[in-house]
Amino acid sequence: MANPKAAEAAIMRSMLGRARGLGSAKSGTAHWWAQRVTAMALVLLSLWFIASALHLAGQPRAAVLTWAGGPVTATLLLALVVATFHHMQLGLQVVIEDYVHAERCRLASLLVMKAVVALLALAAVIAVLKLAFAG
Amino acid sequence: MTDVREALMTGRKSDGTAVRRPLSPHLQVYKPQITSVLSIFHRMTGVALSAGTLLLVWWLVAAATSEGAYATVSGFIRSPIGWLLLFGWSVALWFHFCNGIRHLFWDFGHGFELPQVHASGKAVLVATGVLTLLTWIVVIAF
Repeated sequence: MANPKAAEAAIMRSMLGRARGLGSAKSGTAHWWAQRVTAMALVLLSLWFIASALHLAGQPRAAVLTWAGGPVTATLLLALVVATFHHMQLGLQVVIEDYVHAERCRLASLLVMKAVVALLALAAVIAVLKLAFAG
Repeated sequence: MTDVREALMTGRKSDGTAVRRPLSPHLQVYKPQITSVLSIFHRMTGVALSAGTLLLVWWLVAAATSEGAYATVSGFIRSPIGWLLLFGWSVALWFHFCNGIRHLFWDFGHGFELPQVHASGKAVLVATGVLTLLTWIVVIAF
């Protein structure tokens, strides 16, 4: 890029038009905000889950079925799964965007990551629902 | 130049030579400090915990499937590799949890003075150690 003025003239767009959508956030604060909201939810949900997991440690499957069969547990487990995987894909997206520079490779990595996270989340949701309706 | 975005990626050094701006911080040229090291740990533990969700999903799906499937995941968790993964997972979780709360305080505009940032960083490390220790005392004692 020897002459920025020439490049600007060739593009025939205003400075504002060229700058729009090119900031680091690209979509405003939606991503940042969603990461904070899920983080706040996870502070409480992960404490609850750790306490539950410690309670269930070493117990047979029957104890897990009884625990997961209750509607309150099922609700909190679903909330935990949704918040965890949403927070996870937001975080992994930033990591990929920071380190994968080649455009095609970055897009492919993002799509594969989001697909894997979505499938993991759906598998967890199905498992929680199955446990809830069986209990 | 094929893309207008390329124009934003180029700059000049003080001697006038053209350079391409880096997208990420160049970690190797900076002296490690508690601020930068904990920031990197936060990211690393986040990625590690993402991998750890595989174990969570496996456990939930196995519990929902059958006694046999549950016995397999229980056997894996009780194996030496399982214990090691679970221990690493607990350290990563408590660190990400504590440092995440530190980040939330920053997001609300608190604790930005450098001595406070250093103190909260040390507090996160101590809290991670204490909470991990307490977790495993509960696991082993009960």
